[in-house]
Amino acid sequence: MSKLKLATVWLDGCSGCHMSFLDMDERLLELAEVVDVVYSPIVDTKEFPDEVDIALVEGAVASVDDEKKIKKIRDRSKMLIAMGDCAITGNVPSMRNPIGPEAILDRAYIQNASAQAQIPCVVVPKLLRVVRPIHEFVKVDVFLPGCPPSAGTFHTALTALVNGGPLDIPALTRFGA
Amino acid sequence: MSQTITIDPVTRLEGHGKITIQLNDKGEVEDAHFHVTQVRGFERFSEGRPFYEMPSLMARICGICPVSHLIASAKACEAIMSVRIPHTAAQLRRMLNLAQMVQSHALSFFYLASPDLLLGMEADPKVRNILGVAATKPELGRAGIALRRFGQSIIELLADKRVHPGWVVPGGVTEPLAAAKRDKILAMIPEAYANIDLALGAYKKIADTFKAEIGVFANFPSNYLSLINEDESIEFTDGALRLIDARGKTIEDGITASRYAEVIGEAVEPYSYTKFAYYKPLGYPEGSYRVGPLARLNIVKSMGTPKAEQELAGFKQLAAGPVESSFHYHHARLVEMLYGVEKIEEILADPRILDKHVRATAGVNRLEGTGQAEAPRGVLHHHYKVDENGKITWANLVIATGQNNKAMNLGVLQAAKHYVKKGKFTEGILNRVEAVVRTFDPCLSCSSHAAGQMPLEISLLSADGEVVDRLVR
Ligand code: SF4
Repeated sequence: MSKLKLATVWLDGCSGCHMSFLDMDERLLELAEVVDVVYSPIVDTKEFPDEVDIALVEGAVASVDDEKKIKKIRDRSKMLIAMGDCAITGNVPSMRNPIGPEAILDRAYIQNASAQAQIPCVVVPKLLRVVRPIHEFVKVDVFLPGCPPSAGTFHTALTALVNGGPLDIPALTRFGA
Repeated sequence: MSQTITIDPVTRLEGHGKITIQLNDKGEVEDAHFHVTQVRGFERFSEGRPFYEMPSLMARICGICPVSHLIASAKACEAIMSVRIPHTAAQLRRMLNLAQMVQSHALSFFYLASPDLLLGMEADPKVRNILGVAATKPELGRAGIALRRFGQSIIELLADKRVHPGWVVPGGVTEPLAAAKRDKILAMIPEAYANIDLALGAYKKIADTFKAEIGVFANFPSNYLSLINEDESIEFTDGALRLIDARGKTIEDGITASRYAEVIGEAVEPYSYTKFAYYKPLGYPEGSYRVGPLARLNIVKSMGTPKAEQELAGFKQLAAGPVESSFHYHHARLVEMLYGVEKIEEILADPRILDKHVRATAGVNRLEGTGQAEAPRGVLHHHYKVDENGKITWANLVIATGQNNKAMNLGVLQAAKHYVKKGKFTEGILNRVEAVVRTFDPCLSCSSHAAGQMPLEISLLSADGEVVDRLVR
């Protein structure tokens, strides 16, 4: 049997969900026997591949780049998993929503700068007005809540998905876990 | 025609970054930049929230070093409360910070950098990752996983959760240490020593084969900043800051958290969402400096623990004055991990470590507070102002990656100039340019606290900024 293709993606999150994924520790090596990690911050692929079987996505959609990425990921993945509360509800990144990007940028780069105060605009992507969860942009197949979901949750869920077994998410994790 | 090479995203990095390299019409490197592409706004959206919520909110800046943010934030809150935390709480927090340092250094060294070091800069990108390392060098791959597990398990034992634990609160910690947990940690220590020995031995054997990289991986004189104890030994959680110059001379000493804002400023460059910190009296960019493992080992005179002390002596022999090449961050990281394990063992032997008194309480006694602590990748600083009810009215954070930002940019330029000739480059060359950034172990998640997110990509741009070519692996 050929291995399943697994991708992990980091949008506007803190990387904590990815750290919790890595917290599977030695179990990662067992997982690598049944899946190929084809795209992830920990591997050197630059372009999201075609025909990914499972895509785990951390973080909310906060910039024009994130929006482009999530659409491409959806197009190229059979199963899309929203990993963690930021991806599912907007969580911490969305706390900027009532304030708006101008005030955020102004505070960081004009008021709290002591030299060359200016708003960065070269190469860096524009921020969206409002930070939103992934399912407001594309269809999400599985929601895996937690801030972050625990390594045990990742292991149980991925094992079930790889083997096609039943998956009882509320028994594993919840919002804010 | 002039061109720009873009590397996007920069991979095996903690966050979203891109690299652009500008070539002139002869194909020579004119300039190069490292761009952080994420912003999130913590400084602004924390306004109006109760100050005692800050540690757990600020921890969400970064899933890799949440503990350092918890501690720096709690210290800023304690300045607002005007309390000193109990001795045992201080020791427990010190141990938590060291456990995080060990796990984060293991992540940087084994998961992110070791594929370049052990498989080679030119290795097939498809296998140039931790799983590739585990397949070809199983002993080292497993040692890396075990060392990260060691740090994360201690965090879980002390604070109940591996990523984003509570436990550290303004005034101390919420729960004392139970004897059973202390014994569990002690039982994990021999394996950690064995794994670090293995890594140090392997690293020293191969380091010499990277002479070319050592020569151009941000290899230049700079200033350095880190915490240090009064007896000039290394410190991650307390102490005060020392800034040294390129020859190792102290520029300024005893910089406490409350003086930080006086001496450290932040500049903005148009190409990055991460700011550029500098020492104010020298101005920007002359006052730029490096932080993190290389800076700490360049600044301290001793480690204060026997095994790490020996390793420090070996490290100091790499140069007559401060060790300049950022390639040596990798070596420094291994020495610090060894120190971390020794120091955790020492703290656990403290006769008061199981003491039940671990939290001081108080309300708002001052309207401003600052706190600093070493994150694995360099010192970070939290600065808050509150109203009389304890609601945050203003906040500023200075993080490690911002302080290394100038050196990372100059390092990318130095390596690009060395390797990219006549407009020609290979995947292996671009990987080396990325590897310069990896030596710093920048946390793009932390550095984007201000507003957003940082992608890493390499594209070749024309002089007017048009993308001519892009490297896609
Ligand atoms: S859900 Fe929590 S751990 Fe995951 S990215 Fe968001 S803040 Fe970080």
